[in-house]
Amino acid sequence: MKRAFAISAVFALGGCGGIQSAAGRDGMEGSLIGGLFEVFLWTTAAVYLFVLAYLAIALVRGRRHRREAAGLQGQPPPDADRKWRTGLIVFTGATALILAGLTIATWLTDRALAKAEQDSPVEIEVIGHQWWWEVRYDDPIPSRMVRTANELHLPVGRNARITLKSNDVIHSLWVPNLAGKQDLIPGRIADLVLHPERTGVFRAQCAEFCGLQHAKMALDVTVESEADFGRWKAAQLRPPPVPTGGGALAGYSLFQSRQCSSCHAIAGTPASGMVAPDLSHVASRRTIAAGTLPTTHANLAAWIDDPQAVKPGNNMPEVPLTEAELGAVTAYLETLK
Amino acid sequence: MSSRCPVSLLFLLPLTLVACHRETRDYESDALLSNDRPVAFGANAYHLAQGQRLYAWMNCAGCHAHGGGGMGPPLRDDEWRYGGSMEQMVATILDGRPHGMPAFRDKITEDQAWQLATFVRAMSGRARQDMLAGRADEPANVEPLTLDSRKPVRRVTPKQDDATEE
Repeated sequence: MKRAFAISAVFALGGCGGIQSAAGRDGMEGSLIGGLFEVFLWTTAAVYLFVLAYLAIALVRGRRHRREAAGLQGQPPPDADRKWRTGLIVFTGATALILAGLTIATWLTDRALAKAEQDSPVEIEVIGHQWWWEVRYDDPIPSRMVRTANELHLPVGRNARITLKSNDVIHSLWVPNLAGKQDLIPGRIADLVLHPERTGVFRAQCAEFCGLQHAKMALDVTVESEADFGRWKAAQLRPPPVPTGGGALAGYSLFQSRQCSSCHAIAGTPASGMVAPDLSHVASRRTIAAGTLPTTHANLAAWIDDPQAVKPGNNMPEVPLTEAELGAVTAYLETLK
Repeated sequence: MSSRCPVSLLFLLPLTLVACHRETRDYESDALLSNDRPVAFGANAYHLAQGQRLYAWMNCAGCHAHGGGGMGPPLRDDEWRYGGSMEQMVATILDGRPHGMPAFRDKITEDQAWQLATFVRAMSGRARQDMLAGRADEPANVEPLTLDSRKPVRRVTPKQDDATEE
């Protein structure tokens, strides 16, 4: 029994560290709210201990009084009333002061969050699909807009205003390391401001049950320096080169002439389907199929060969390809860095 | 009287199990290998729903609108130029037809063509009522399929059709 407790305690702590930490201290919202939580925790803990100590003293003293009273049958001391009154006034005053202090702390946190939302943010649009994330980086110049999938790149120390939309059912975007979750509701627009304070790779996921593959609907959040973010965006804007020969070229023509291009888009090629993830730079992403598998040659091939075996019920059909064709398409996708 | 109650409950018990039947969703192409594809696809609500998704994704509405027709012929009526059976619809989708219907072979898989045909068949009121969704996936100015009445298949030749239009 004790052992079972120890094991489950370890699991409970599993949510408190690493790339998906519910403690959420890597973003401004998380750290501000976390700080406020600590103020509340320690204040209420101190009050709790004080009340318990008072109760213990009262119990001990009450017993002594009763013993003395049994022997003396005397009157209570003349100043007892005054003592009680002072005690009650101090207790009520302290309660009011503590509550006012907590209210002020909450107000200050709220103001700090509201103030942080005012500076010029990176504008991002995230659209939920069953079961992947479409990510668009908005720009006043249309040719500088970036469309990607299942990854979010954020510059550190700067606000990212994320507009949330859904294409089918209710999803919810949760980057536990940075902030709380926010729902994506079809037909409505919601928004969420992220302010990462630490660089690193975090894992985000859908936090609202959205169908069969809800568990396999994650995205990587890469927080990087402003310069690295600029480099990433510039790389995303460059269309991938068309292969000049070999298996990759065969894969390119298969991609364009077969089912792939009906749903997927690759920048700079005739493939312009908008209903599936944009594959322009698929090989530069850490994972495929919305955080389901790491991007490796074997995983890409397995996924194209039989997507329904990896993620049953997803909308990618099993395209009939020969072994040579499968190898060619995989080789082509691997060039899309 | 009261002693008989548990016995009658026991008889009612099997009835509660009726709700445990769940339609199987066939993600791998088992339906395609079935000997009776019109039933394997056409009587399955999942394939119908996927067909509705594909109808939007492949921009069928671009020509056929939401079944009322436009540049292409209407799909919610009883007239079929190239036949209204599932097999004939799949052939129309995969290989195309003269005067505009493009071939979707290599644009969608055969599974998906059958799913599309399942939805198109339902548009003319020929699917089981309990397979239909009460509302469309997107706003459309037509009444939901559940309110549609069954249309018998009537064969018209494209030529006749042209003549009536003139």
